[in-house]
Amino acid sequence: MNGKEMIPRGLDKNAPADANEETVPPDGRPRSAQPRWWQDFPIDVGRDEYVSRRELTKFTVLTSAAFAVGQVVVAIRGSFKRAAPAPMAMAVASVDELPIGGAKTFTFPEGSTPRLLVRRGENDFVAYDQACTHLLCPVVPKVPEGQLHCPCHNGFFDLETGNVISGPPRRPLPKVLVEVRDGQVFATGMKQAGT
Amino acid sequence: MSETGRRHLVRRQRMTVVNGMFALVVVIVILQLWLLTSTVNGVLAGDFSIAWPAALASLACLGLNAGLLRYLYLME
Repeated sequence: MNGKEMIPRGLDKNAPADANEETVPPDGRPRSAQPRWWQDFPIDVGRDEYVSRRELTKFTVLTSAAFAVGQVVVAIRGSFKRAAPAPMAMAVASVDELPIGGAKTFTFPEGSTPRLLVRRGENDFVAYDQACTHLLCPVVPKVPEGQLHCPCHNGFFDLETGNVISGPPRRPLPKVLVEVRDGQVFATGMKQAGT
Repeated sequence: MSETGRRHLVRRQRMTVVNGMFALVVVIVILQLWLLTSTVNGVLAGDFSIAWPAALASLACLGLNAGLLRYLYLME
């Protein structure tokens, strides 16, 4: 045992401030007997793992804070959302223009995303937003099956109601209200989602 | 048990506690992610009724996580 080992722990300037954080040399010899590289960086795996796991927990809690803020923003925006004024009715097609089972795209109101008008019967027209509610791919009408099909991820919607039948979409297609007047098909408004 | 051995065990015990807390925090964050996606889906479909209850639940989750983190730092 040399003289350095006799120094009380509190007087050893190389001793760590927090005794719990003391790094134990693998060979059990005193700190002063360790090689230079160990004295320069006396941090063992256990301590390093502890600190990094603690930091990871801290950043995960920050993620939690971000989710909570996002949730509150969604709630505030939902509270202040005002219903859009009803657009003016406009003619989008003539009845003779579309055969039964036929479809046509149009915009309503002007400048909107494409809408899809489908003729299901003699005087039976339905119209929806053409963008799938999953990832906005255009839907394709399958009139004999009574469905609208999104070919991107095999989403199926009911042609009569716009509700989801199967596939990844979770929300129904926004519906355009249509009326037949004097041989013309008029778009008269949008059915609010969820109503 | 030697003094050095006891100290080493203390750190290892704390590591176990940190791992447990981290697992709990991750589970709560996944719950918040589920809340957020469900709320956004509902809001986009026109259902605003769940927005505020979900926001309060998410804030409660954040409070729980913050409490766990505080305990983690108090454990030092």
